Amino acid sequence: MLPSTNPGPALRAWRRFRRNRVGFASLLIFCVLVLISLGAELVSNDKPLVVVYQGSIYWPMVRDYPETTFGGDFATPTDYLDPFIQQKLAEPGNWAVFAPNRYGPKTLNYFATAPNPAPPSAANWLGTDDRGRDLLAQLIYGFRVSVLFALALTATGVLLGIATGAIQGFFAGKTDLVFQRFIEIWSSMPELYLLIIFSALFAPSVGLLLVLLSLFGWMGLSDYVRAEFLRNRQLDYVRAARALGVSSRVIITRHILPNSLTPVVTFLPFRMSGAILALTSLDFLGLGVPPGTPSLGELLSQGKNNIDAWWISLSTFGVLVITLLLLTQMGDALRDALDPRKQDA
Amino acid sequence: MNPTTLLSVNGLRVAFAGREVVHGVSFDIRAGEKLALVGESGSGKTITALSLLGLAQGAHVSGKADFASSAGPLDLLAAPERQLRGIRGQDIAMVFQEPMTALNPVFTIGAQIAEVLEEKQGLAPAESAQAAINLIAETGMDDPQRRAKAYPHQLSGGQRQRAMIAMALACAPKLLLADEPTTALDVSVRQQILDLLTDLQRRKGMAVLLITHDLHLVRKFADRVAVMELGVIVEQDAVAAVFARPQHAYTRQLLDSLPVRDVRAPALDAPVLLEAQGIRVEYPIPKPGLRGWFSSGRFVGLQSADFRLHRGETVGVVGESGSGKSSLALAALGLVRHDGVVRVGGASWSGRATSDLSLRKQVQVVFQDPFSSLSPRLTVEELVGEGLDVHMPALSRGERQARVMQVLEVVGMGQAQFPGILQRYPHQFSGGQRQRLAIARALVLEPAVLVLDEPTSALDVTMAQQVLRLLQRLQHERGLAYLLITHDVAIVKAMAHRVLVMQSGEIVESGELDAVFDTPSHPYTRKLLAASL
Repeated sequence: MLPSTNPGPALRAWRRFRRNRVGFASLLIFCVLVLISLGAELVSNDKPLVVVYQGSIYWPMVRDYPETTFGGDFATPTDYLDPFIQQKLAEPGNWAVFAPNRYGPKTLNYFATAPNPAPPSAANWLGTDDRGRDLLAQLIYGFRVSVLFALALTATGVLLGIATGAIQGFFAGKTDLVFQRFIEIWSSMPELYLLIIFSALFAPSVGLLLVLLSLFGWMGLSDYVRAEFLRNRQLDYVRAARALGVSSRVIITRHILPNSLTPVVTFLPFRMSGAILALTSLDFLGLGVPPGTPSLGELLSQGKNNIDAWWISLSTFGVLVITLLLLTQMGDALRDALDPRKQDA
Repeated sequence: MNPTTLLSVNGLRVAFAGREVVHGVSFDIRAGEKLALVGESGSGKTITALSLLGLAQGAHVSGKADFASSAGPLDLLAAPERQLRGIRGQDIAMVFQEPMTALNPVFTIGAQIAEVLEEKQGLAPAESAQAAINLIAETGMDDPQRRAKAYPHQLSGGQRQRAMIAMALACAPKLLLADEPTTALDVSVRQQILDLLTDLQRRKGMAVLLITHDLHLVRKFADRVAVMELGVIVEQDAVAAVFARPQHAYTRQLLDSLPVRDVRAPALDAPVLLEAQGIRVEYPIPKPGLRGWFSSGRFVGLQSADFRLHRGETVGVVGESGSGKSSLALAALGLVRHDGVVRVGGASWSGRATSDLSLRKQVQVVFQDPFSSLSPRLTVEELVGEGLDVHMPALSRGERQARVMQVLEVVGMGQAQFPGILQRYPHQFSGGQRQRLAIARALVLEPAVLVLDEPTSALDVTMAQQVLRLLQRLQHERGLAYLLITHDVAIVKAMAHRVLVMQSGEIVESGELDAVFDTPSHPYTRKLLAASL
């Protein structure tokens, strides 16, 4: 018999999800965007992928070459935006393959003609920020940092949330009581103050931020998982498993957990968008990723400081809106797909 | 339209998302008449009633339903929502199956009845409050003044249903739609509610459309009956005629579905498989106020219960909800902490997982609701084979699969009828088939004792019938002993050798089936028997 005729609950949910066109399209677009940003070095880079200069092949993306290699005067790393180098590379017999956008996230164009922040032009498609870095490159790398951070934060939050929720819900009674009080105390800690204090104590880093946000990010989900466990643990199929002599560990992992994951999966996209937004706002306040890391929040703050440089705020805003919209649409579709009241026709 | 005809439904069709579930249903109700709409779950009887009031959400309804409303004749199916709202509660009222969910938990029942009166009859708050008390008194509840101030959770199931009926009667409707009004109630209360409905119907001269799956109820209550199968009315006539000469095969099937007794006496020297002495089960209940922080109260779910179960024997345990039947089952299964001794083949439950494991192999359980007793995310092979994983982990994959197939064959769910059954999921089966799977899961360990906790009460009559026959056959073939827990006296009569009658956590009467049921000594037993006749 073909496996497709006996779809399990997960497969049926996936089919319902696919039937929601907006949600499915959002998922595809989002995946493409993430894949592009994962390969950001190939899309937006100030170093060419490959250079053929006077018969020999160079790989500047992988190795640094001093300027003297290409006929320059200094032993410093080559600046490929230098008109002199560009002229050298354009000589007959020499050629180079550049990334579509010729700027990296930290590239400063010392040879730019317009004052910073520069409006969109043929050289900088979305203009530059107030330090002269290319905005498109900033957005691509900033998007990547945001998405990866959000994935990591969601993963830690979900794992912690499931673990704590499962413990509370399965053992119930005193365990549950103590854990609930702990959560009440823990959730009343002023998160933002802690972030400010820690950012003063330690050198800010993405890792530290991830740890701090994870410490507080699991509580909401934990409540849902706990409620699901409390409900499922007293259902007859769990009793039947107990009557068969199945161990607690197996009951949790094989019986209760798979039936308690609906809120977890439903909230995944919303947690992602929440995490992106959290990182953006912290960056905006200057409490987020260390300076110099490309970040959407920092760009928003630049946009606020240079209100006449409309291209900064507008394009950052656009990226944020599109990202959050895609995630929200995915979340909506997922919620519908997992809705137990919806049966497939 | 005949002048005495109150409601005339013609060619009613109801479809959801393009799928038709009611295919052209026609029936008439005369003023003051009691019509019963009978059918199994999924036959479309509830949807028929709901669509008459425009309450079937998302349904596409067509046909005609001429109703003689107090404002003149009207087609219910064509009437605008505003007009229907006037009809609902005023001319046509409804009583639902589960009064706990049909009443709003945050308002007193007096306030909920008064709300209807203020809304529909424009009474002043003081008048409506008094009228509500009168209505509650009319439904036969004692101390109506105090009951009116009670919240739904403070009332018993029967009282809640009375409150629902009081609310439905608030505006003296011409037609009452009663959707399984007694199904959620205990047997002894059912009779009272039915008597109340009959009495009120006669006094107020209203028509009643009773929706039910219970033919027993129909015979007692209705004037005429319409039998519905798969969205079609297959037979419609006076109750006496239908019961005397059922025309349609489906009606006959429904009528024949009273369980048939087919049991053999256990051998005289049959060993005792399960023995309980003085078992007592307590549950903690929270104490109110600050004291509840430091200690909890005790609720005695079961006390001083004794019984013995021999090989090839069925002991029926009857009682209402809350009588301690389920506590008894859980104690027998070693799933709840209990005082006293429960011995399984000589050894008693220790409460330690490792030493109890060999006992678990001998006592298995089948629960009431096959929808919650099978994990929806496991395939049939995983579900049924679970016990083998625990008790016989040494089996190879092939041996394990062979055993699962074999036991599925035994319960009549073999590969022949259900190709690829091992890889299917529970949602692909009907209630009766799921219950067979649950039985297969229990049987795969080849236990000596099965605890059957209301094994058929969630199933339709024909399905229940099949499951009972399967259980009888298994007992004959394998000498299984059953501890059969049920509220349904008919099932006990069909299955049991001996009976325990339980009330408020105690066994009030026990003995051989015939002895107990022919000459009941305890008043509660008599009440149970009277309610089930």
